[in-house]
Amino acid sequence: MSTTPASTPPALSITGLSKSFGRPAVDGLDLEVRAGEFYLLLGPNGAGKTTTLRMVSGLLKPDAGAIRIFGIDALADPIAAKQITGWLSDEPMIYDKLTPPEYLEFVAGLWNVPGDVAASRSRELLRWLGLAPHARERCEGFSRGMRQKVALAGALVHEPRLIILDEPLTGLDAGAARLVKDVLHEKVRGGSTVLMTTHILEIAERMADRIGVIAQGRLIAEGTLAELRAKTGREGATLEDMFLSLVDEDRAAE
Amino acid sequence: MNAIASLFWFARHERRLAWRDALSMMTAGRPDRERRAWIWLCAFAVALHVIAYLLVRNFVSLEMQADLPTLIGITASILLSGSAMLSQAMESVTRTFYSRSDLELILSAPVKAERLFAVRIGAMALSAAIMSVLLMGPFINVLIWRDGWRWLSAYGVLIAVSLVTTSLAVAITIKLFQWIGPRRTRLAAQIAAAIVGGVFVIGLQTAAMFSSGTLQRLSILQSETVLSRAPGLDSPLWWPAAAALGNRLDLVWVLAASLLIFLAVTARYAPRFAGYVLEASSVAQASRPAMRAHRFRVLPPAASLRRKERLLILRDPWLISQSLMQLLYLSPPALLLWHNYGKAGGAIVLVPVLVMTSGQLAGGLAWLTISGEDAPDLVRSAPVKPGRLLRAKAEAVMQCIGIVFLPFLAVLLFVSQRQAFFAAAGIGAAALSSIAIQLWFRGQAKRSQFRRRHTSSRIATLAEALISIAWAGTGAVAVSGNSLWPASAGFALFLLLCVRWLSPSRLS
Repeated sequence: MSTTPASTPPALSITGLSKSFGRPAVDGLDLEVRAGEFYLLLGPNGAGKTTTLRMVSGLLKPDAGAIRIFGIDALADPIAAKQITGWLSDEPMIYDKLTPPEYLEFVAGLWNVPGDVAASRSRELLRWLGLAPHARERCEGFSRGMRQKVALAGALVHEPRLIILDEPLTGLDAGAARLVKDVLHEKVRGGSTVLMTTHILEIAERMADRIGVIAQGRLIAEGTLAELRAKTGREGATLEDMFLSLVDEDRAAE
Repeated sequence: MNAIASLFWFARHERRLAWRDALSMMTAGRPDRERRAWIWLCAFAVALHVIAYLLVRNFVSLEMQADLPTLIGITASILLSGSAMLSQAMESVTRTFYSRSDLELILSAPVKAERLFAVRIGAMALSAAIMSVLLMGPFINVLIWRDGWRWLSAYGVLIAVSLVTTSLAVAITIKLFQWIGPRRTRLAAQIAAAIVGGVFVIGLQTAAMFSSGTLQRLSILQSETVLSRAPGLDSPLWWPAAAALGNRLDLVWVLAASLLIFLAVTARYAPRFAGYVLEASSVAQASRPAMRAHRFRVLPPAASLRRKERLLILRDPWLISQSLMQLLYLSPPALLLWHNYGKAGGAIVLVPVLVMTSGQLAGGLAWLTISGEDAPDLVRSAPVKPGRLLRAKAEAVMQCIGIVFLPFLAVLLFVSQRQAFFAAAGIGAAALSSIAIQLWFRGQAKRSQFRRRHTSSRIATLAEALISIAWAGTGAVAVSGNSLWPASAGFALFLLLCVRWLSPSRLS
């Protein structure tokens, strides 16, 4: 876990966040992600994880609540908040008719990254993600894993301070998943903050600094793996056991 | 399951898919709209019958006989609908080859795929026939009503034409496949389909323009030159026209010949379809020839968006073929302008066509850039104001419109500055109106759904066409020197305001 000076504002601070689509999807959520940490959001299907991340990324407007990214009010000044945020969804959305460098050039343009900086970062990202040999091919022939890697490169090309990823490992083979995990790990070591959802609990156990468990739009538990074990009173339990126990408890409390 | 039973089984499967697909297109994927869609369809059918009556009543009063001018006129109509059917069938064949949808399932199943492809070729013929019946049916019905039952045989001719055009489409596409390979066939077939769809009308207009200086197609067909060079009345060339006029023997010959051609083509090519489909499906997976080395150049956000839109438009073969189709219709008035160079008359025809085409082209491009954004989350999560994003997309469309229409305006400028001014204003107004409509009615979709863009909002489609016509009319009134053009422009703006009032973006 990285340490940050006390004066540094949290990477993400969510207060009383609510969103309803007929029924509440996110229900008065409070959440804080510290700068430089790898925070993992777990929850069953329909718990409100994606809705939360989409609101943080400025893709959905909340019904109520506040979102601050490194102290910037993301609802009052979305442009400034977006400037330091990178977003990657579970469904890689890229342009089939562009090559990976053309895609990154476009993304760098949207985030106003200076040309020479963007060029060197793009080269580095493409090499890092194993896409350099495909740099002159259009994305239309790419496999799902390659498309996800192009999208990840796009989310990182402007060096965001907060990287938000929604199920980024869905559908990736072991090699590609490992590569993505390594890249994210490197980014956290370099000072970036990662907020990610996943269903792969092994990642939570191995990579996350802190884990938040969300159910029915509310945060029902939060902490390091050890803290969660203490909270559930299950010494030596796997995260899967704890996760299921927490969700079951929450359902029973309804 | 024996061969016949499996053919019927596949046919039933295809019918169910086609029916649900058609319903989904009519209702834009919303089952609650089904009743409304049927009401619209009935209203459309009634409107078509009224239009058909107004157009056909004069011919009926002439008591049409199987003389040379009548046979030429009917043959031209058959060729006209045949070229549209051929275009549609080529489109369908290309789509069957390149769309993977259920083909992997079927090809991996222990059944003879040739039976399915035989059914699919039949389905293409059927859909071509249904489309032409929908468009030509009202005319035939009016003729039956006013001139007697003999015209019922025209439906038989339509079926024969659909069989022949589908056979031709299958043969042409497969030949293209053999000659130029699966990668190039896709683009070539799409462009060929677009050209085939318009070439007959354009050819007739061009011929009429050079012979009489007008764009009246009928004038060339009934000219002395054509009548004197046409084959005699006993030529088999006139069998389809004679069959349409009620000659039963000719109808039997036409139907038999077309069925024979269709069965021969199906028997020859259906067994090969599976192989071609597999080859075509490997195109997407195979790496394309490497593009030339890319010079990394970052532009400001709006310019980046414009460049991205331009690149995507230029690299989209389907879109190019569709745009080419619209641009093709510009060639006869362009020729007219060249033919009448220095005279004022040509512009009265050219300006409305330019304005109308601009509106339609801008509507399609605006849908692609605004609604057909393939990475909406990426663009919306960028630190750029939503208004600036939309403006950049609209600017990209206007740039494309400028590239297409500037050559025409440049030529027009030499003819008359006043006409060039009105043409430019009309082109700009029509394009901006279509972009505005697409902005007001925008909805998230995939670029690949371009073919179905009209089904998502019929109000937007109708409004786009009506307002383009209104601006085209304004252009015609203005270049003819009539001082009423501000009233016409005001009417176009009023229509635009009505559309704004009806749009979901105002209501939300």
